[in-house]
Amino acid sequence: MSNLHDIPIATRSGCDERPVLRERGQREVFCGLTGIVWLHRKLQDAFFLVVGSRTCAHLIQSAAGVMIFAEPRFGTAILTDRDLAGMADANDELDRLCVTLLERRPEIRTLFLVGSCPSEVIKLDLARAAERLNARLLPQVRVLNYSGSGIETTFTQGEDAALRTFVPLMPHTDARQLMVVGCLPDIVEDQFRRQFEQLGIADVVFLPGRRAADVPAIGPNTDLLPAQPFNGDTVRALIARGARLLRAPYPFGAEGSTAWLQAAARAWGVTPATFDAVTGPARARAETALARQRPLLAGRSLFMLPDSQLEPSLARFLQRELGMRLIEVGTPFLDRQMVSEELALLPDDIVLSEGQHLNRQLDRVRAARPDLTVCGLGLANPLEAEGLATKWSIELVFSPIHGYDQAGDLAELFARPFARRARLAV
Amino acid sequence: MQLTLWTYEGPPHIGAMRVASSMRDLHYVLHAPQGDTYADLLFTMIERQDRRPPVTYTTFQARDLGGSTAELVKAAVAEAFERFHPAALLVGDSCTAELIQDQSGALAAGMQLPIPVVALELPAYSKKENWGAAETFYHLARTLLADRVPAPGAARPPRDPARRPRANLLGPTVLGFRCRDDVTEIRRLLDALGIDVNVVAPLGASVDDLRRLPDADFNIDLYPEVSRTLTGWLSRSFGMPATRTIPMGVGATRDFIAEVAALAGVDPSPLLGAETPGAAGRGASASRQPWYARSVDSTYLTGKRVFIFADATHAIAAARIAAEEMGFTVVGLGCYARDFARDVREAAARYGVEALISDDYLEVEKAIAAAAPELVLGTQMERHIAKRLGIACAVISSPIHVQDVPARYSPVYGFEGANVLFDSWVHPLVMGLEEHLLQMFRDDFEFNDAAPASHLPAVAVQTMAVAELGMSDADDAPAWTADGERELKKIPFFVRGKARRNTESYARSRGLSTITVETLYDAKAHFAR
Repeated sequence: MSNLHDIPIATRSGCDERPVLRERGQREVFCGLTGIVWLHRKLQDAFFLVVGSRTCAHLIQSAAGVMIFAEPRFGTAILTDRDLAGMADANDELDRLCVTLLERRPEIRTLFLVGSCPSEVIKLDLARAAERLNARLLPQVRVLNYSGSGIETTFTQGEDAALRTFVPLMPHTDARQLMVVGCLPDIVEDQFRRQFEQLGIADVVFLPGRRAADVPAIGPNTDLLPAQPFNGDTVRALIARGARLLRAPYPFGAEGSTAWLQAAARAWGVTPATFDAVTGPARARAETALARQRPLLAGRSLFMLPDSQLEPSLARFLQRELGMRLIEVGTPFLDRQMVSEELALLPDDIVLSEGQHLNRQLDRVRAARPDLTVCGLGLANPLEAEGLATKWSIELVFSPIHGYDQAGDLAELFARPFARRARLAV
Repeated sequence: MQLTLWTYEGPPHIGAMRVASSMRDLHYVLHAPQGDTYADLLFTMIERQDRRPPVTYTTFQARDLGGSTAELVKAAVAEAFERFHPAALLVGDSCTAELIQDQSGALAAGMQLPIPVVALELPAYSKKENWGAAETFYHLARTLLADRVPAPGAARPPRDPARRPRANLLGPTVLGFRCRDDVTEIRRLLDALGIDVNVVAPLGASVDDLRRLPDADFNIDLYPEVSRTLTGWLSRSFGMPATRTIPMGVGATRDFIAEVAALAGVDPSPLLGAETPGAAGRGASASRQPWYARSVDSTYLTGKRVFIFADATHAIAAARIAAEEMGFTVVGLGCYARDFARDVREAAARYGVEALISDDYLEVEKAIAAAAPELVLGTQMERHIAKRLGIACAVISSPIHVQDVPARYSPVYGFEGANVLFDSWVHPLVMGLEEHLLQMFRDDFEFNDAAPASHLPAVAVQTMAVAELGMSDADDAPAWTADGERELKKIPFFVRGKARRNTESYARSRGLSTITVETLYDAKAHFAR
């Protein structure tokens, strides 16, 4: 048949010579709007207003699993026929709605207008809208805008787009500081903060902080340590403001956490003795926790479908620290600058794929019959029904998995499907 | 532009997905950007479906918008046809595709596939999920039956008396409420009456089954939100009558049996012969519900205040059960779909309440808080509202969550459905005897009225307290004297919030700054008029 989707090609490019299987077709991934689910929990003074359709509202509510919060700090301004008919009205409507919303929620300090597929297609200018509203609402409330649309962003790229909006607001500083980039659960952020302090790195800022209104400063003496591999655009914007990127694998597992902390330690001249003294006990704890899960995972084969861009990092962790056998590692988007250190640690004999043609990829899953398939919620039960064990990828984004003290929990997420199967006799 | 925090219904293409996912050999090509595949998880997680929804998404991106999106449609159609071999294809747009106007349906129709291709036009900016399901079901059947429509005015030939009458059961879908088990229950009823089921659709139907719809003598409009558009057309074009009664509750099931028997021309007595409305005792109905409702233990259900908010079909039926079969007082009735607003308003008038027609979650929450019910019958949304307000709740309608798709047999239609409803509405309440004990031993540390029902998790304690706090009016509330407050505590907790509010508003209207025991009873007398 004539297939107008791109023919998969294995290319070698860039400094890493690893071939990549690039595919286009149906993608079973969320769009960038989904990031709101965790961003709104992290930024306690922010409200995320999606300007979109009923589909957008339905997506966020379905992806969030359900309505956990009676009145959450996100919502959707649903476009109706009337808005499509007259754009001037749509702008007025949006302004009216934002003002009403803020009157209801006086504690909100930052309002994100989040673009969607429909708002992008009709070219509703949210940057202009933010400007208009800022003229009216600053300094009480700052209005920012970004796009979480599916035509432009995949799942975690929504966080990247949101964080990117902070960069132009950052004041300049020449002070030496370490900036950790990427949304982390508060508990993990606190652990890292303590570890940096013990290492003698006192000037650490996290992007984002817990309040959107507290925008950190940036300058030539800022070292960037990305905590999530999917914030490439934000990192590049920070580099453009003079900051320096510290390259490291991501802090998953004992090895990843050590390498990540070490990148900061080296840049800050921490002595190896201090580093070992500080990280040694935590590292030992992590290794003990991992040893408990290893028997369940070692030697098992793994197929990762694209989801969050965390895949290369998690694959590295599962292969090197838990002995899993990698078949295919899929990622929606391969940002080489962000994962170069991870790619270097991956074995040569795996398929690294970028993008997705769902049916062809599922054909490969069925042919390989992996012991474990990491996939989205839409695919998990159908694959289980075919006798394939699965792990929901969304849990990897919503759970605390970074750092030494979560290494065991992270391994357990992958071990649980096996543990469960071992128990069930029906 | 409408601000929405939570939405009762998805966009109309979700309705089309429900139809496609319910059927066996239908496929849906949805012209949609990346991200719209989220909808798959509704089917595989909430319904625990063991196969992917039969949907191919074109997954267009920003860089395709220049001109190649139409090619993506053709490629997706061709691939879906080759890979899945469907017996018919639905082709349509999601909200974003509607804006770029690729005419996906026309493109697909132009491809000369050897199967019926139904182009769906589901306006995403004005319509919603249930409408989308109804429209899809109707257009699909209409396309498949195009060559069977008799000439206008042609009389329907009478049924051959040697053949048993036949009915279609129309409207059940995945993600509907308890459809799987309702269908089984209704099949049993029909079988007892000597009526054959011709086709059940969309749930479990094949494309060929839909071609056989006119072979039935009449249609059972089981879930009008999905089926009424089609049954209306079948009535106009094929002269097939359709039922109007929703067989939910004992009384409605009896009415349904009578209606069906009349449409089929059969004797209802195999089912209705033993039904004795108004009689006590176990032999008076095929359902245990009437006896359970009359058992003295159920006395405590009398006049319990119930707020009902759901889809129109389930809301209206639930109100009748609540009032006539449980002895509750209906203090609120509403639905989230305007399409059926008139029916809901009529029903609300019967119970002396004003219908709430809204898809604004916050408005519903406000109405529930104001009505201070003891039980909420609603959807997954009202489950959350009730939880927050500390009010008992049972789910009676979509939208649903995973716990509303139980493993056990649990219809809500027919005689067994009446049993299921009795149990599931009584369960969240404090049980009868227990409620009496709470009143009698109010000051006992173990029986204090902040204690939750013994069969419910302890977390309820906290939420009840929250509910009561939530009831008190804002800053300008008059102060309660210690005696007044003590007396207020003696009022059962489930009406205490209302008593507090009434007393405070009475005190304000009289210009009183403090509330004594006297004020409390003055207010009671005032509001009792």
